[in-house]
Amino acid sequence: MDYSNFLIMNHEISLVVVMILVLLADLFISNKKRFQYLAIGLFAIHTYLSFRWNIGDAESFGGMYITSDIHCFVKNFLNIGTFLVFLFAFEWNKTKNLSHCGEFYFITLSTLFGMYLMISSGDFLLFYIGLETASIPMATLVAFNKKEQDSPEAAAKYVLTAAFSSGVMLFGISLIYGTCGSLYFFDVMENFTPSPLHIMATIFFMAGLGFKISLVPFHLWTADTYQGAPTPVTAFLSVISKGAAAFAMFCIIVKAFANYPEAWERFLWWIIVITITVGNLFAIRQKNLKRFLAFSSISQAGYIMLGVYAATPQGMAATVFYLFIYMFTNLAAFGVISSIENKTGKLMMNDYNGLYDTNPKLAFVMMLAMFSLGGIPVFAGFFSKFFIFASAMQLGEYVLVFIALLNTVISLFYYLLVVKAMFINKSETPIAKFKSDPMTRLGLIVCTLGILVLGLISPIYEYIQSISFGM
Amino acid sequence: MSMPLECYLVVSTLLFFIGVYGFIVRKSLISILMSIELILNAVNINFVAFNRFLYPDQLEGFIYSLFVIVIAAAETAVAISIIINVYRAKKNIDVKSINQLKN
Repeated sequence: MDYSNFLIMNHEISLVVVMILVLLADLFISNKKRFQYLAIGLFAIHTYLSFRWNIGDAESFGGMYITSDIHCFVKNFLNIGTFLVFLFAFEWNKTKNLSHCGEFYFITLSTLFGMYLMISSGDFLLFYIGLETASIPMATLVAFNKKEQDSPEAAAKYVLTAAFSSGVMLFGISLIYGTCGSLYFFDVMENFTPSPLHIMATIFFMAGLGFKISLVPFHLWTADTYQGAPTPVTAFLSVISKGAAAFAMFCIIVKAFANYPEAWERFLWWIIVITITVGNLFAIRQKNLKRFLAFSSISQAGYIMLGVYAATPQGMAATVFYLFIYMFTNLAAFGVISSIENKTGKLMMNDYNGLYDTNPKLAFVMMLAMFSLGGIPVFAGFFSKFFIFASAMQLGEYVLVFIALLNTVISLFYYLLVVKAMFINKSETPIAKFKSDPMTRLGLIVCTLGILVLGLISPIYEYIQSISFGM
Repeated sequence: MSMPLECYLVVSTLLFFIGVYGFIVRKSLISILMSIELILNAVNINFVAFNRFLYPDQLEGFIYSLFVIVIAAAETAVAISIIINVYRAKKNIDVKSINQLKN
């Protein structure tokens, strides 16, 4: 066996080393508070190192594993996102989960490892293995609060739909194997025959993947799972897992299905329209903030799919930039929610009435996150939406972009409901003034900087565009 | 005289849709899990049949079905442990009992 194949897998190998060290440290360090600092520190070293590697375009294992600058960029920002989730989880681990926090770190990292493989796959086999390595530990993360009523229920819903959806996706892959005779993306692209069987296979495959990105009509698990899971896990699920799946879907469309767009274009068009609209309309009537963000993230997934639908280099740049901004924005919202939940246990929207009077800083961060999610100018969310609309506009999809724009207006309404609750509504019993712990504060500062600054620094988008590829 | 490919595909398609039907209508979480296993077995039949009849000189389909079996086992292990957790919390494993999460 030729071990030089492993030489380009820097990210994966470093992450595995971190995982093993965390596992060993969990065994031997009995002081769990110190262990938490160690785990976060190890992962921070991994995050820092992964920025320094310059691997370039390469492939190994006969084209099964592919990497390039854009793959590395996506892995790096997934690292940052996971790091922020760790910072937000610190307090939760300390107060509710101290004896099991080693498992939390280990399982989260193995989920991240699966996402790496999923992103870098050049073959349906590695893609499937990566997807399952990401989603099986994810189910155990959702079930983490096993003493409570909600967590097992959410986990049961998640694990059963995940297994079902990967079954549907596998059925599609088996039909692709039947029509193309190979499972490498490159060979699938070369050997395809424009037959109804190939179309059916593509649709089955995308339906399975649609469950993971929670596109409507495959979204039914989302709200319940997001609500029942522990809040840091919900943040991880809504940002990191969704981002990785969306980027992997983009790569597969470009690499395997690009020369026969008739098979998926109409399907994806309707999916995008329904996803954005249904996500928005259901978000309006949610009272629980985690459910609210679940539906908001469904509609955001629809916007992400606009870039995937374009499938051009510009579409990829817009998708990756959108995911990057969306990560900071959504994590800021979840950071505020989780720090308030840790202190008071309150999650409903009317609990947030009068938050500005008692905790002005948290209210300010939440307001920034909501403005950015809604796409109000100057904040980063506006620029990411702008680029993603521009990439779809380039294809001449005016109707699609118009529907998406209309939906942005609807989404502003419900995002501003949260802002109104915090700033305008008065409350008899507002959330008392409290000081969140330093880790959460650090995470919130990073997120705030991301929201305020990233949209204005144009080199970032230009860098992403210079390394993007497409059909 | 061996059976043609179509026979295998009919069996696998039937299995797949029986699995989908079971996933939708069954009441117990364990039977839902069994329905998912049916779907995965349909996939395995597909892979092996395609490999044997259409591309007899390669092994990709066989290997893929091996991986599917292994990963399905891992998935079932996690799913069953979660179902046990549900049983501890609710004292039964009926789908109707997991309806606490709502707006």
